[in-house]
Amino acid sequence: MLVHFNIRGLKEGRWSEHAVRFILGGAATVLAGAIASLAGPSTGGLFLAFPAIFCASATLIEKHERKRKQSKGLPGSQRGQQAAALDSAGAAWGSVALATFGVCVWLLAERSPVLSLVTASIVWLVVACAMWWLRRLLRVTHGPRAGQVGLAAGRGPQHQ
Amino acid sequence: MEYAIRFVAGGLVVSAFAVLGDMLRPKSFAGLFGAAPSVALATLLLTFWTEGAPYVASEAPAMVCGAIALAACAVVVCQILMRLRWSALAATATALIAWFGVAFGLKYVLLG
Repeated sequence: MLVHFNIRGLKEGRWSEHAVRFILGGAATVLAGAIASLAGPSTGGLFLAFPAIFCASATLIEKHERKRKQSKGLPGSQRGQQAAALDSAGAAWGSVALATFGVCVWLLAERSPVLSLVTASIVWLVVACAMWWLRRLLRVTHGPRAGQVGLAAGRGPQHQ
Repeated sequence: MEYAIRFVAGGLVVSAFAVLGDMLRPKSFAGLFGAAPSVALATLLLTFWTEGAPYVASEAPAMVCGAIALAACAVVVCQILMRLRWSALAATATALIAWFGVAFGLKYVLLG
């Protein structure tokens, strides 16, 4: 399946959920700055990859999938957990790309601030796409596991 | 004032990545955005401005440790959800312990 945009995805979230993400993002950024000021850059740097947003996203995805199933008269808790687990697996692969972002900034920061952030962002996107492709390749090689058959077959409404 | 700017900048960048993740299909690709450098972009942009490039360069190695810890955290969440059938909230809250352990452990071993 090709990667594409689906504007319907925006309508699934409530404004309160967007507000929660904004507040969490702001809070995580303030936290990273405050810890760097108090404990130094080598401790503050850790919090540039603090999983606040990941935790919020996994919880919201579980809730959306559960409600979707419940609206059809099904329990939905298992599908919610599977969807959140799939998102978590994606985040684990995406962490490799995040690490390469950090390496780029590390190597280029003192040469040019703007260049380092632009290069790191491009490298992040390329590595993230490569990780997604690799993950699909490995799944095809090993075949779908028990419990993931429905999702892998595209019966999961959102997650494949 | 600086923290207010940080809050707004971080909120905007994180929201932008979240909206992208909501719109992208398939969802397995959108999952990569759970580990997007949103907080890092907002923070580093402001840190370049306030503290300068050498300070940013000294934050970056720790960020790599944090990213490895995030991978561990995400794997723990995935395993808890699929094997123990906990709720996502309980799984992510528990996995934060893994993030703190791996992040500070790696920092201690690799960066001193």
